[in-house]
This record gives sequence, structure tokens and C-alpha cells, in this order.
Amino acid sequence: MLARRIIPCLDVKDGKVVKGVKFRNHEIIGDIVPLAQQYAEQGADELVFYDITASSDQRVVDKSWVTRIAQVIDIPFCVAGGIKTVADAGKILEMGADKISVNSPALADPELITRLHDTYGQQCVVVGIDSFFNAETGKYQVHQYTGDESRTQVTAWETADWVKEVQKRGAGEIVLNCMNQDGVRKGYDIAQLKAIRANCTVPLIASGGAGEKVHFTDVFQQADVDGALAASVFHKGIIPIPELKAYLREQDIAIRD
Amino acid sequence: MTKAQQIVIVNTGCANISSVKFAVERLGVNVTVSDDTQVIQTADKVFLPGVGSANAAMASIKQKQLVSCVQKLTQPVLGICLGMQLMVEASEESLTESTECLGLIPGQVKRMQVGDLRLPHMGWNTVTPVADAPLFKGIDANSYFYFVHSFAVGISDFTMASCQYGMDFSAALHKDNFFGVQFHPERSSDVGSQLLKNFIEL
Repeated sequence: MLARRIIPCLDVKDGKVVKGVKFRNHEIIGDIVPLAQQYAEQGADELVFYDITASSDQRVVDKSWVTRIAQVIDIPFCVAGGIKTVADAGKILEMGADKISVNSPALADPELITRLHDTYGQQCVVVGIDSFFNAETGKYQVHQYTGDESRTQVTAWETADWVKEVQKRGAGEIVLNCMNQDGVRKGYDIAQLKAIRANCTVPLIASGGAGEKVHFTDVFQQADVDGALAASVFHKGIIPIPELKAYLREQDIAIRD
Repeated sequence: MTKAQQIVIVNTGCANISSVKFAVERLGVNVTVSDDTQVIQTADKVFLPGVGSANAAMASIKQKQLVSCVQKLTQPVLGICLGMQLMVEASEESLTESTECLGLIPGQVKRMQVGDLRLPHMGWNTVTPVADAPLFKGIDANSYFYFVHSFAVGISDFTMASCQYGMDFSAALHKDNFFGVQFHPERSSDVGSQLLKNFIEL
């Protein structure tokens, strides 16, 4: 049986793993390679490395750490941030990443998803979506350039429409980051994830809000997502991965041994 | 003992070559990536990796004039993911009617029919090997391996291990010196390393 995936996300800035609350006040957590190795050993099913400054800073980011990770890690990993062209993606994949994730550049140029699909195949094209619930309008809206608060902007896309669009263009997986929940550890946005799930025929990964073990049970059982991504609860040791996986197995959720 | 072997990864021009190379190197074994027919022919063990689409990969192999080289190999060959799919006769993954593959193992690659389930089949799934499958020595039945694919080869006499995702399909194939795995052993943690070790020690 296909297992639900537990995915630690490591936000990377200048070669270090960092974490901010609601995308702000980034603090350094540690070095990338030992942290990645530690998570793999603890039973993480996959890792996401998100270069949070890349898309916003408009600079060439040193990605040599991708090779160093590929050399030591024996679980799949995805690299996000700053991938604007097919050539950018190719370099990351050649360095040994299994998947690349695009977010802001795909919003700027949706055709990028199509080109990535046609060049490298659907299996390695992940689209990250930062979705914000606007209480005034009652709508979920896609935000762009969320790595830099001064550049963050609301796009014209409603989340559900963008989810449909990226699938049509060849996305192999969608990571939905629910911004209102991010970093506050009050649980995943079940209502939104459930609504998106109904319109998503590719794997869907929940992101934003994990704070307790039961939040993972809820998101798998109620929103039927394929994977749950989290950062601070793992980095700060609030939820040890082996303990989480044992707990989820007790709830009859398919989890890898 | 194994260090003296010549292990070669066929440079199919696909993107996951370095991850396969690193995985073999983690076993303490030297490995060469090559598209030189001489180097491939004289290897003790050959890996045929692949990700992407069957038509693009076959076009790359043809362009590098490696088709007959791979077909004539008599040493153990392990196809990984798309590399396994290239070992059968034909693939439905094509810009035309069908893509002609290497024809090393009887079988057809077809798009998976999984009902309401999601495609690609992405993530860790349990694999059931047949009795005494050499590549699965020391690996518990129902161990989890990492898969990413939307096309698959059905169950046949050449199925060495099976997997289920909306349908039963071949997780591994074997005929004579040709072995193939649909999953990614290079990304399947300890059991994946064990499988690669088993292949190298054949």
C-alpha cells in the first residue's frame, strides 16, 4: 500500500537552514547536510530544500550543496527556490535532486511548467503554491514572492483555478502552503486542502500549520493528502519523526516502517 | 572483492545518473558513467538508469548508437525506473502510436489504470518479490521502496516482484542476465542499498 509521506522542509538561506514565523524573522537552525542526513536516518520519507531568498533576490544562488546532499542522502529530495528556466532546473537535477519545485517564476510565466514537463518529465515537476485566505473577500488567493515581505504580492489567481492550471500544464505534484497557518502550529488548513484535493488528480502535499501529532492524522484522514510537510516542529524537536510515524501507524494510516 | 569489478552506468542522457552513481559509491564501489560501447561491453555489471519519457530516452540511446551494444550484453544489467521500461518490447509512452524499446524482456509498458487514485504513482509502496529472487536477498517481503511513475509493465512470467497501486504491476523484472526495477533503489533507503549490493554481488 502506498504510504503517506512525512516531509521535513528545510528553508535554506546562504547555505544554512533557517526558519521564520509567517515568512519573517529568519533564524539559523543549522548546516544543511548534517540536518538532511539526520532526518533521513530518523525516517523522513522525503526532504524539501527551499532556498527562500532565491526568487526574490534576483541573484544567482550557489547551489553546490545540492550535490553534497545527493552524495549522502538515500531518500528522495526536492529543491525549490530560484528555478526560473529549464536550464536552471536541469542543473539541479544533474546535481542529483529528484524533483524541482517552482513557485513565483511559474506565476510569472506559466509556460515554464509546460517546458519543464516536456524536457524532464512530469515526475520531477513540483509546483509550490502560497495560498492566503482573505477573510474580507472570503477567497483563497495565490501570493507571489513570499520569500521577501517587501516584494510579496497578491496575484490575480484564485488558488483553485491556479491548481487546475498547473495540472493542465504538466505539474507532477502540488505543494499547497496555506499561509495563514504557516509557522503558528495550530493545525493544517483542512477546509482548504479538502477543497483543493477534490480538484487535484496529482499528488498533493499539505504545508503550513503542523504543531502536534494529531494535526498529521487530521490532514491525512480528513483532507486525504499524499504527504504532509512541516519545518519547525521537526527542527525544534517538538515532534520527533520516529514517534510521529509510530503514532500515525496506530491510527491505521499507511506509513513506511 | 567487489572493488575490483568494473561497474558501468550507461549514460542514457537522463537526469538521475548522478543519484545512481552516488548510491553505488556509498557502497564503497567505484563506478564509471559512460556511453562508450567498449567500456560498456567490458564491464562486469551494467546499470541502465532513466527518468523522463520513453520516447526521449530511446531517441537518446539511438542517437548514441547504443541499442545493439546493450542488446548484446551478457553480464548482469540492471535497468532502473524508465531504464527498466526500456528493457521490454514497447512503450505506450510515445509521441506516436508506441515507442519501440530494447526488447530484452518480453512485455509492454502501458499507462497505469488506477481509477480514482492519483498519478503519478509517487511515494513509498510495498513490494512483494517472488520466492528466491536474487536481487531481494536479505530484504523482507513487503518492504517499502520509492516509486515515481505513471506507466508500468503488467504482471508476467518475468515478474520478479510485484506492487499494487490501483492495479497489480511489475515492481521488478528478470530474464536471463537482464534485471529491471520500476522503483528507485538509489532513493529507497536501506532496502534500496541492499538491492544494489545484491546486484553488484551477483
